[in-house]
Amino acid sequence: MDQIIVQILNGLDKGSAYALIALGLTLIFGTLGVVNFAHGALFMMGAFCAVILSRILSASYKVVDESQTDFLGNPLQVDVFYVQRWFGDAAGATIMDWAVPLAILFSIPVMIGIGFAMERGLIKHFYKRPHADQILVTFGLAIVLQEIIKYFFGANPIQTPAPDAFKGSLDFGVWLGYEANAIMYPYWRLVYFFFSALIIAGVFAFLQFTTFGMVVRAGMADRETVGLLGIDIDKRFTFMFGLAAAVAGVAGVMYAPIVAPNYHMGMDFLVLSFVVVVVGGMGSLPGAVAAGFLLGILESFASMPAVVDVLPGINQIIIYLVAIVILLTRPRGLMGRKGVMED
Amino acid sequence: MTDQTNPSVTTATPTARPRAASGGMLGLTKKDSTLMLIVFALVMLAPFILNPFPEGSAMAQFNAGYPDLMQRFVIFGIFAIGFNILFGLTGYLSFGHAAFLGVGSYAAIWSMKLVTLNVIPGIVMAIVIAGAFTLVVGFISLRRSGIYFSILTLAFAQMSYALAYSVLTPITGGETGLQIKNTDSPLFGGPTDGSIGRANLFGAEMGNSYELAVGSWLFTFNLGYYIAGVALLVAFYLSIRIFRSPFGIMLRAVKSNQQRMNYTGLTPKRYTLSAFVISGMYAGLAGGLMVAMDTQVGPERMFWTASGEVVIMTILGGAGTLMGPILGAGFIKYMENIVSKINKDILHEWFAFLPDGAEDVMVSIVYPFIGKGWHLTLGILFMLVVIFLPGGLVEGGQRIANKFRRNKTDG
Repeated sequence: MDQIIVQILNGLDKGSAYALIALGLTLIFGTLGVVNFAHGALFMMGAFCAVILSRILSASYKVVDESQTDFLGNPLQVDVFYVQRWFGDAAGATIMDWAVPLAILFSIPVMIGIGFAMERGLIKHFYKRPHADQILVTFGLAIVLQEIIKYFFGANPIQTPAPDAFKGSLDFGVWLGYEANAIMYPYWRLVYFFFSALIIAGVFAFLQFTTFGMVVRAGMADRETVGLLGIDIDKRFTFMFGLAAAVAGVAGVMYAPIVAPNYHMGMDFLVLSFVVVVVGGMGSLPGAVAAGFLLGILESFASMPAVVDVLPGINQIIIYLVAIVILLTRPRGLMGRKGVMED
Repeated sequence: MTDQTNPSVTTATPTARPRAASGGMLGLTKKDSTLMLIVFALVMLAPFILNPFPEGSAMAQFNAGYPDLMQRFVIFGIFAIGFNILFGLTGYLSFGHAAFLGVGSYAAIWSMKLVTLNVIPGIVMAIVIAGAFTLVVGFISLRRSGIYFSILTLAFAQMSYALAYSVLTPITGGETGLQIKNTDSPLFGGPTDGSIGRANLFGAEMGNSYELAVGSWLFTFNLGYYIAGVALLVAFYLSIRIFRSPFGIMLRAVKSNQQRMNYTGLTPKRYTLSAFVISGMYAGLAGGLMVAMDTQVGPERMFWTASGEVVIMTILGGAGTLMGPILGAGFIKYMENIVSKINKDILHEWFAFLPDGAEDVMVSIVYPFIGKGWHLTLGILFMLVVIFLPGGLVEGGQRIANKFRRNKTDG
C-alpha cells in the first residue's frame, strides 16, 4: 500500500508538468486552431527566466576589504551583492535565496510578451495553412529559440536551487499512520503540485467566470458568429496565446529546481506533451489536464520494481503504448469534442 | 524539375499503363533522362566537384570530397528520397522515420556478424527487415491521418528507441550499440587470423581508396562511396519512376482529396501503406549502407531528433520535387561537417581587410550563425522555407531561373 502511495506522489509532479504544458497547448489549439510545436521551447524559456533572474539578483561588484588579507598580506577583494547592499545583509540573502519563486513574477510579463510577439509576428500568418505547415514552422521556431538560449547560456545544465526553506523532504507516511521514513516526498515537489493545481484552477476559473473568458469560450465554439456580433475575437485570441505562453513559462520556472535547465529540456517535454494532448483529446482542456496527471502517474507506476520485473522495459514505453491504444480505440481521445480535428 | 512542370503527368489517367512505352532512355521522358544524367554525373564526379580547392590552401577546409562525408551525402540522400515518396506525394508527415533506418542498421550488422562480411546480403537484409517493420507500423499508424498519424509514428519510433536502449540490449547492444568484433565468426569468409573483420564486396574492402594527385589537388576515390553512390542512383531512378507512374498519381490524389478517392471506389489506405513501406525500405537501405561503411550502430540513430532531421532535409530541399531531398540532405550534411568547423580565428582572417573595430563587430555579428551555431542558421532557413518557399530550395532556384528567362524574352 505504501508503495502505491509513493508512486502516486511521484507521478503527481511529473504529471503536473505534463498537465501544465498540455493545458497551454490545448488553449492555443482550441482558440487559434494552431498546432504549436514551439510550446516546449516556451517551457524551456520559462526555466531560463528563473536562471536569468537568479543571475541578476546575484549581481555583485568587488570591493577591497582592508580587514581581511590574503597570505601575502595584501588586502582581499570581496564580492558585494547589490541586493545585500540595498536591502541589508539578511534581507538581501533571503531575496537571493528566493530567486526561483520571485522569477514567477518576472516570467509572467516576459512570457506574455514573447507569446504576443510570436502570435503577431509568425503564427498569425499560419491560420489558413495546413496543420503540417504549422507543425513545421513552429518546429523550426523551436530550434531557433533553443539555439539562441544555447548561444547565451551554453549547452550544460545550470543548477537553479529552490529556496532553503523547501529543501528536504516531507515525511508523508507518518500522517497516514505508517512508520517514519516510509513515504518521503521532497517539499519542492509538493509545492510544484499545489502550484500547478492553482494555475490550472485559475485558468479554468478565468475561462468560466469572467466575461472575457466567456467570450473566448464562445469564440472557441463558433468564431465566425462571435465575430459577427462585433467582438474583436482576434485580439482576445492573441491574449489567450500570451496566456498559454505564460502558463508554459511559469511551469518551466517552477520546474527549474527539479531538473537543472538546459537548452533542450523543452524538446524532451514537448514530445510527451503532445502525446498527452492527443490522449486527452485535441481541444479539450479538462482532457489535457486529466491525461497529464494520468500519464504521469501511470509512468511512475510502470517504473515500480515489481512491474519492471514482470514486464522489463515497460517504464520506458508505457506512455507511448497508452497513446497508441487510445488513438486507435478512441479516435477523439479521452475527452475530445466532436468535430475537432477528426481525421 | 518538379512534377508540376511536366504536362504529361496531369493528362495521364490512373488507368494508363506505365509510360515506359513512351520512349526515352530506361522508360524516362527526355526531361527526366536529363535529370538522371545530371545526378549520375554529380555522383560519379563528386570526388572532383567537392574538392575544388588545392590541399593546404586557406580554402581547403571547405573541401567536402573526403570519403566519410561523401558517403554521408549519398546515404542521407537516399533516406530523404524515401521520406519524400511518403511526405512529398501523400502529405503524410511521419515523425518516426529514423526508427526504420535504425532497424535496417541492426539487421545489416547482424548479417555481417553472423553470415558474411560481404555487404550485399547485409544491405538486402536491411531493406527486407526494415520493410517488414514498416509494414507493421504503417498498418497500425495509417488508420489515422493528419497530426494523429504524426504522433503515432513518433510514438512507435520513440518506443523502438527506448526498447533498443534498454530491454533489447541482447539484440541491440544497448547504449554502446553493436560493432564487428574479432570474436565474431561469420559463416562465410570471416578473418581466420583473429583480426577484426572488415566489410567488403566480394573481397574488396569498403575502405579501399585510390588517391589521385593532380598538382596540389588530391582526389580520393573510395569503393564504399561508389557502392553507396550506385545505390543512390538506383534509388533516384526508382523514385522518378514512382513519381511518374499511375501509382504516383494515386498518391497525389491521396494528398489532394481522400474523400473523393473513397467515393470513386478506391481505397486510399492501400496506396498510402505501399508508399509508407517503400519509404521505409529506402530508410532500411540507408541504414544498411551506413553499417556497410562504418560497421557500427547505436540506438541514438533512432532518436526522434534524427527523424526530425530527415523532415528538415526534405522540406528544405523541396518536398514533392525529385531533386529536393538530395539537395537538402547535401546542404545539411555540408553545414554539419564543414560550416560547423569555422571558428572565430578563421572569421578574423576573413574580415581582416576591415579596419580593426569593424572587424570585431563583423565577427561578433557573424559568429553566432556559423561554426557551433550552425543549427541556428538551419532553423532560420528552415522557417523561411516553410513560410515563403513551400517547394524548398528547388522552387527558389526555379523562381530565380524563371525571372532570368522572362527578362531575356522581355529584352
